[in-house]
Amino acid sequence: MADGVKPRVKVPKQASAGDTITIKTLISHKMESGQRKDKEGNVIPRSIINRFVAEFNGETVIDVTLEPAISTNPYFEFEAVVPESGDFTFTWYDDDGDVYTTTKSISVG
Amino acid sequence: MTKKAISLGILALAVGAGSGAYAGPDDDSLVINDELEMVTETAAPAHMEGIDTIYSGWRFRTDETQSLQLDDFDNPAMLTVDQAIDAYSEVDGSENESCASCHGDVESFAGLSAAMPKVKDGNLVTLEDEINNCRSTRMGAEEWKWSGQDMQGMVALIGLQSRGMPVDVAIDGDAAPFWEKGKEIYYTRYGQLELSCASCHEENYGNMIRADHLSQGQINGFPTYRLKQARLISRHNRFRGCIRDTRAHTFAEGSDEFRALELYVLSRSNGLSVETPAVRQ
Repeated sequence: MADGVKPRVKVPKQASAGDTITIKTLISHKMESGQRKDKEGNVIPRSIINRFVAEFNGETVIDVTLEPAISTNPYFEFEAVVPESGDFTFTWYDDDGDVYTTTKSISVG
Repeated sequence: MTKKAISLGILALAVGAGSGAYAGPDDDSLVINDELEMVTETAAPAHMEGIDTIYSGWRFRTDETQSLQLDDFDNPAMLTVDQAIDAYSEVDGSENESCASCHGDVESFAGLSAAMPKVKDGNLVTLEDEINNCRSTRMGAEEWKWSGQDMQGMVALIGLQSRGMPVDVAIDGDAAPFWEKGKEIYYTRYGQLELSCASCHEENYGNMIRADHLSQGQINGFPTYRLKQARLISRHNRFRGCIRDTRAHTFAEGSDEFRALELYVLSRSNGLSVETPAVRQ
């Protein structure tokens, strides 16, 4: 696992049925582009988060492909309509094969 | 006659440009996480002669920059603060101690940053001094560099416990000589450009200095996340940057001069809320 990786998510705890809610996500990650060289002139290998997926009760809300030009600590803010109570699952896929997952519940009343 | 008319024309133009460029603090109010209301404008402390009302630097920033401070999730400084939370309870050094093993919960530091720097045993002591003192004498750990992210992350974490409280540093008694020294530095013109702190932050706040909207230079939000540097910036680092921009040799971070200046400048924030960690341009 790359150093200092920590997923963070902000989802409202409650909403009304059919509400549009705002979701914020951020994962701390150095997002090494693969374009830089170290002091000896060797290329520093690429190490980025290459995919981000958000699901609600198993249904895909957003599926993002990330490219090396995206800066450190990638942040996503998006909206979703919640029809019922359930769980959001957020998944980040790292170049080194690691997968980071966070789950947040929301109750719809 | 013609010559006179032209020079008058230029004068009128210069005055017009000058007044057009002035745009003081905006009217926005700062409420963090929809619940913590901050004082960003209040009557200046009695010791200040040149200014009637003090404003947080937040009021001089663009809406986009301001919005980053409204929600802790959006505040990029919180990433470093998160690392400091981990470091707080992490054992380091030869004595097998962490910050938490003596101080317990970090919330016990509520109010401390609002009253620092203060005088202890005849020395003016900043939070950085206290942290390094603990690290070297109690933990047997290596001291942190003044403006390193581990140091400033910890200063920000401890400052966060006082967020929303009014800045209230003592300037009388033991602190008086240090405060006087800081005041002298504040009003001394430095460098080839011969600028003092007051030249910009007292006489010209609200005006533009090239592309930058001058604030009053309040330091109630430090350590501050500066977007241009993309990391937490210490008070002394900011002092150094300003003095360097006057094309002077600057004092060093952690020097007695900057400790005194920190006390004086912070005393100009007395009454504003502690905003640590703030976000600025």
